[in-house]
Amino acid sequence: MYDLTILGAGVSGAAIAWQAARYQLSVCVLEKENDIACGTTKANSAIIHAGYDPLPGTLMAKLNVRGNAMVEDMSQKLDFPFKRVGSLILAFNDDNLRMVHTLYERGVQNGVPGLQILSPQEVWEREPAVTRDCVGALYAPSAGIVMPWRMAQSMADCAALNGVEFRLNAEVTGVSRGEEGITLTLQNGETVQSRYVVNATGVDAWHVRSMIAPPPYTMKPSRGEYFLLDKAVGDTVHSVIFQCPTEVGKGVLVSPTADGNLIVGPNAEPVSSSQETGTTAEGLAFVQRMARLSVPSVSFRDNIRNFAGVRANTNIDDFIIEEVPELSGFIDCAGIKSPGLSSAPAIGEYVMELLEKAGLTLTEKETFIDSLPHRVRVRELSPAQRAEVIAKNPLYGRVICRCETITEGEIVDALHSPIPPCSIDGVKRRCGAGMGRCQGGFCGPRVHEIIARELGIPMQQIPQDRKGMYIITGETKTEG
Amino acid sequence: MKVEVVVIGGGPAGLAAACKAWEQGAKSVLILERDKELGGILNQCIHNGFGLHYFKEELTGPEYAGRFIDLLGQTGVQVKLDTMVLAIEEGRKVHCVNPKDGYMIIEAGAIVLAMGCRERTRGAISIPGERPAGIFTAGTAQRYVNMEGYMVGKRVVILGSGDIGLIMARRMTLEGAKVLACVELMPYSGGLNRNIVQCLQDYNIPLYLSHTVTDIKGHDRVEQVVVSKVDENRRPIPGTEMTFDCDTLLLSVGLLPENELTRAAGITLDPRTRGAVVYENMETSMPGVFACGNVVHVHDLVDYVTGESQKAGTAAAHFVQHGETPDGRVLELKNGDRVTYTVPQKLRLAGMDRSVGIFFRVSNIYENVEIQVTDGKTVLCRFNREHVAPGEMETITLPRVLAEKAEGDTLTVQIVDKA
Repeated sequence: MYDLTILGAGVSGAAIAWQAARYQLSVCVLEKENDIACGTTKANSAIIHAGYDPLPGTLMAKLNVRGNAMVEDMSQKLDFPFKRVGSLILAFNDDNLRMVHTLYERGVQNGVPGLQILSPQEVWEREPAVTRDCVGALYAPSAGIVMPWRMAQSMADCAALNGVEFRLNAEVTGVSRGEEGITLTLQNGETVQSRYVVNATGVDAWHVRSMIAPPPYTMKPSRGEYFLLDKAVGDTVHSVIFQCPTEVGKGVLVSPTADGNLIVGPNAEPVSSSQETGTTAEGLAFVQRMARLSVPSVSFRDNIRNFAGVRANTNIDDFIIEEVPELSGFIDCAGIKSPGLSSAPAIGEYVMELLEKAGLTLTEKETFIDSLPHRVRVRELSPAQRAEVIAKNPLYGRVICRCETITEGEIVDALHSPIPPCSIDGVKRRCGAGMGRCQGGFCGPRVHEIIARELGIPMQQIPQDRKGMYIITGETKTEG
Repeated sequence: MKVEVVVIGGGPAGLAAACKAWEQGAKSVLILERDKELGGILNQCIHNGFGLHYFKEELTGPEYAGRFIDLLGQTGVQVKLDTMVLAIEEGRKVHCVNPKDGYMIIEAGAIVLAMGCRERTRGAISIPGERPAGIFTAGTAQRYVNMEGYMVGKRVVILGSGDIGLIMARRMTLEGAKVLACVELMPYSGGLNRNIVQCLQDYNIPLYLSHTVTDIKGHDRVEQVVVSKVDENRRPIPGTEMTFDCDTLLLSVGLLPENELTRAAGITLDPRTRGAVVYENMETSMPGVFACGNVVHVHDLVDYVTGESQKAGTAAAHFVQHGETPDGRVLELKNGDRVTYTVPQKLRLAGMDRSVGIFFRVSNIYENVEIQVTDGKTVLCRFNREHVAPGEMETITLPRVLAEKAEGDTLTVQIVDKA
């Protein structure tokens, strides 16, 4: 019997686990995939929004501004990259300018710090690549960029270090009232007993809640497609360049990433499930066309990867974080769409408040480990520092990923994280090997071997990413 | 640490350049190789067809590399394996790292860049669709099959008819996989004709010219690949879709010279080749830094890489012994009609031997043509060809006496129909 079980190890689930880890509770996280951050968390715009977009009074407005304020300190303590680069919403016409003013007012009401309305000249001074069609912009200095999967892993790793149990490949198929607390049935037939449960399953939240009773909302999953461009063009712009939200959509952004690439996207297409993460020729063409309206010089020939993520949109224009009336002790955390990533740390806090109101006693631990040891990142070191780390561990001298200069030592460190990866992409999301322009063409097979060696599992059992994504189909002929 | 000639890369280009630099009297030559053995990509090219020009016999890739590794053993060339070069700084300082020596800064008298090339990926050509496992560049698949001993698919579609893709069509077939199709965007193949015959036709693998992959299906592993015909602007034609049930898509959609170091060092690159701009002796815009092999431009045959690299090795040794090439007249080579690039891009008359070899590629398949080198007014020399194709690199030899006759400072290489 756990005190608290969290369903889903995306950025929301990880944040809730990280908050729960401070208290004297037995906590378990159940994740259906083989790793942390495999859903929407790994495929989004990677922006920490300032918080001028949500309507004042909404949960989104409150948690976004609070989450934004938390991230910088977290990034230091939990060792994930975050850069407060600021954002601009470009206006191309008078309607847009009116919208910019509306968003300014909204932002002020929401408590967003430092908002300014810029003239086109001021925009071009900051961002020379922005179109000459720009007639003004809203500047939000508190917006930032982050590596969302690293943010989720860091919170999860910290939670694990503090005793939270993470069970991967554990999909919940049934929820019922047990004799004491709540009984969760897993796909393999096992059951898990817990006094309290939080449903943080993203796009699948409706599905999980419907195991209890028909949810009072409907899911409207929406797919967004992206381009990720080479670091060679990562400085095309220096802050997040948004377009004005209109009735048609929120527009396409152009932004540097926390790792130094350029990200361009998304579109918005309704889809029916979290599985529909394919890209389309039409969607990608739309993104290209829209992005050029803001930044005509975006060099799509430097694309290194396309991807798509599914937003957990619902018919309600807010996050839905509440105790389910039909099952006391079960908190639903649904509709965590944009600005979900920005809000995640604050969602963690808010869920703990709800749990306390629902009767869970929160007593702080005497010893909470609030920071993670900083990992060695060889490419960021000076020659002297490099020599020093190589002297201690020669594997820091063997470069495996040549595009991103990631060494074997860093890959081995990643494989011995508190929550270790078991796939090639899992390693990529922890240390960056395979993230570069050759997309793992050279280092993929070598990372594959290192995983097999370090984790003691056969090559054939190591997937590209999720379970089922097998790479090897057999051995080559040995005779004849 | 000081070394006369530092060679970056121990593949066929680096091996040939290092051997030649030693032979030409360089007193210390050092190869820095990032892999655990010499030979580069040849080590995974276990098929034959290497060395027909250079050795006049048919060797496998490892055998071809082996010949040069043996040759290297008879010289005093030093080798550091498992060593990655991180930067080239002014004054020809080479920063590199390995597990044994740690971080090293080597002062080089001359440097030869021989880092080779890498494959274009799915992202580079933005193939839409799902992102399952089972999509490999042909070279990555080749490494798994030939080096690691693992098969990576049972039913295979290949996009692109570059040589590695063609070789892998045969290799996968021999290992028991079914290769369903080879799909090429252009109206002609990008590979050598002999590979079309020996790797596709001999195994009844259909080649779809003017087609491309327009969708990939499968959530976890590739399940289907959709192929469409393209129009003259290479745009997919709706209604022409063919669906292949397969578990693997191999990509052989082009190679790119790997010039991260070159670019970071501030050496001038040619947007046509994506390699360094080189002079007649393979010297780059940075004095004393030479480049050869696929890092300069992508070759079809290793034999030509060897020749070009020997030139670079000779020039590197000469630089160490005699210093910079004296100033004087410089002719720029430009691509004219139907030519897509030339290497070298610049000729210093003072640096030229009696003649210089010029490599280039053509923009389409042409029959019965004349290659002309002109200064804009006068055609300086002409070469007849019955057949030229983009997939087959062309080479001509320009005598110095003719180059000296040029008026102005530009020479243009062009393809003209024979009268």
